[in-house]
This record gives sequence, structure tokens and C-alpha cells, in this order.
Amino acid sequence: MMHTADMMKAFARYRGDAILVPGRSGRYWIDLSNNHALDVEVGDPAMGGHAGLGLGLALARPDKKVMLFDSEGDILMSLGMLATVAEQAPRNLYHFLIDNGVYATTGGQPVPNADKIAYDVVARGCGYPRTFAFTEIADFERELPAIMAGPGPVFVACKVVPEIENEPIGRRRRWQTRTREQVVKDFRAKLGAG
Amino acid sequence: MSATAAATLSPETVLAEMKKHGVTHVVYLPDSETNWLYLLMKADPAVHLVGVGREGNACSIAAGLWLGGAKPLILIQNTGMLEAGDSIRGWLMSLNVPVVLMVGYRGWTRHGVTTDSVATYTEPFLMAFGLNYYLVESDADSERIGVAFKEAERTQRPVVILVGDEYHGFNR
Repeated sequence: MMHTADMMKAFARYRGDAILVPGRSGRYWIDLSNNHALDVEVGDPAMGGHAGLGLGLALARPDKKVMLFDSEGDILMSLGMLATVAEQAPRNLYHFLIDNGVYATTGGQPVPNADKIAYDVVARGCGYPRTFAFTEIADFERELPAIMAGPGPVFVACKVVPEIENEPIGRRRRWQTRTREQVVKDFRAKLGAG
Repeated sequence: MSATAAATLSPETVLAEMKKHGVTHVVYLPDSETNWLYLLMKADPAVHLVGVGREGNACSIAAGLWLGGAKPLILIQNTGMLEAGDSIRGWLMSLNVPVVLMVGYRGWTRHGVTTDSVATYTEPFLMAFGLNYYLVESDADSERIGVAFKEAERTQRPVVILVGDEYHGFNR
């Protein structure tokens, strides 16, 4: 199994000028990013929505690649979103799944049927034309160039080591450097969207 | 125009209002109020349709569309709006997305006794969320659609249009 930090580090060289939705991996991404204004680092406004956010961005900006980092808890909450993404089939959407098998921020309780779900198979069944699954960082690193060179929508499931937080929410270290409002403002300004 | 025609809301009127106000994408889940509108939109290349399997999903898609510079509209039924509560709060309200939600008002009756509980809870739900809304029942009310679009832009908040025309002209 790989670590999220290593996965994000391996990915970083392929970011280019893409829009990036870090989802729950924001804490690992923030020090790697080369373009914070294009990081849609809005945290978790409501669980289950990261894929929709990525899809909306990809449809609104077909001229730019969109890199989406999702989690298995979010996907399980909105499984039907995979069918919607596949139907829309945005060629600029790269959908990565960071699957740690647990609800890490609530103490590490397992997600339903955590060890038996093949998310890449689910995505392919929903109609994603290209899907991958990795458990080892070396395999992920080796295949990334081909994954990024091809068109979307692509779904890349990565099994990672859970990093569980048991600290009460109010006592957790805040890694964000911008408010949600600032992120939205910076992003839209960068795109010339308002 | 006959009295009957004047008392119904035509899908052509609704689509014209959407286009007048620059809607680029309609994120929707079909309902009994909006089938004819769906068929009209499907035939119109000016509007990109994004179908969802659950109404809450429409909210984060709309947020992404707006962040990217597009102008989405959400088209759902009041049953789905209740289901989508947390997504409306998180993806639309907390990100200040100025989107119009066109919501089929299932169970609405102006004169009779409301027997469908979803109609009973619809307006209290909107009031609890602090979402402003406009009831549109016929073509004569269509000006309110434009009011909703302008208000969403001015306030940078979601605004709701309740479509109170089930089983009449809007559904033909």
C-alpha cells in the first residue's frame, strides 16, 4: 500500500497548468503545488460532492485539464455521480481516488465493505473508458505518464495507508492558508470568470 | 390567448427565460412537472444538459460550472430538494453560488386541500434555509423567473423558483 504524500509527490510533476481539486488530500498537496490560484482548495463543503465539482469544472473549461482527487467515502455517498461523469465523458477530466478504506477524520471506522470493493471496476461499469487500480507506489509512478498522456475521463484508484485523526476537530492543526472565500475569488480571477 | 392557455405555464416560456438570462448548462433530474421542458431543452443546442441520479449531486456540479465561468441552472422536484439539503447548504450557499433552482412544486394546490406532505414541507424548508423563492404558476408569472435570475446575481446566493403547475400546461 502507498502513502498519500508519496502519491501526490509522484503526481506533482504532471500537473502543468491544470485545474486541481485536492479534495481531502489538500494537506499533502499544499506544499507541492506550483499554482495555488488554480487549486480549488475548498475543503469539504458537503460530503460526496468532489466528483461533481470536478465534473462541473471540466465541462465549464474544456480548454483546461482538471485533476480531481476524490475519496472512497465521498464516492460511496454519491455512487451515481460516476454514471453522470461517464455520460458527460469530459476528455479533460482525470479522476483519482485516494482509498484508505476508512472514515479517517472521524476516528477510522471502516467504510462499508471496505476490503472488497473494486472501485476501478465500478467506474468501468458506469462507463469510464479508462480505469486503473494501484496498491504500490512503484506501479503508480510507472504508469502515470501513460495515464496522463491519454484522454479523459480516466479513473485511477489508489489504495493508501489510512492516516487516522482522533484529535477533536477544534484542536486539529489547520493547514489551509486561505479561506474558502479567498480560494473562490483567486480561482475565478485567475480564469477571468469574475 | 384563451383563458386556459393564459392560466398555464408553457415550457417554451421557461426555456426562453433561461436563454434570455444566459443559462449555459441545466443540471437536472426529471420530474412530473418538467418533462415537456426536458424535451424542448434536449432539442436545443444552446443548452447543455447534465443529468444526475440524485438531486444533491446537482449542487456540486453547479458549483463547479459556476466556478469555471459557466452559468448553470438546477432543475429538480421539491422531493429531491429536501433530499439535497446538505448539498444546497455546503456547495451552493457556503460557496455563494448565484444559481437559480427551478423546483417542481409537487402537491401544490392553490384552492384545494394539500394532501401530499412534500408540498406541506416545501416552503418551511426554504424558509429554514433562508432561501428566497418565487412561485410561478402560469405564463403571466414568467416575469418572476427573470427576477430570480437578477436576484441571484445581485445577492450572490441561490434563489428558488417553485413551479406550481403540475399536471397542467407545463406537463401538457
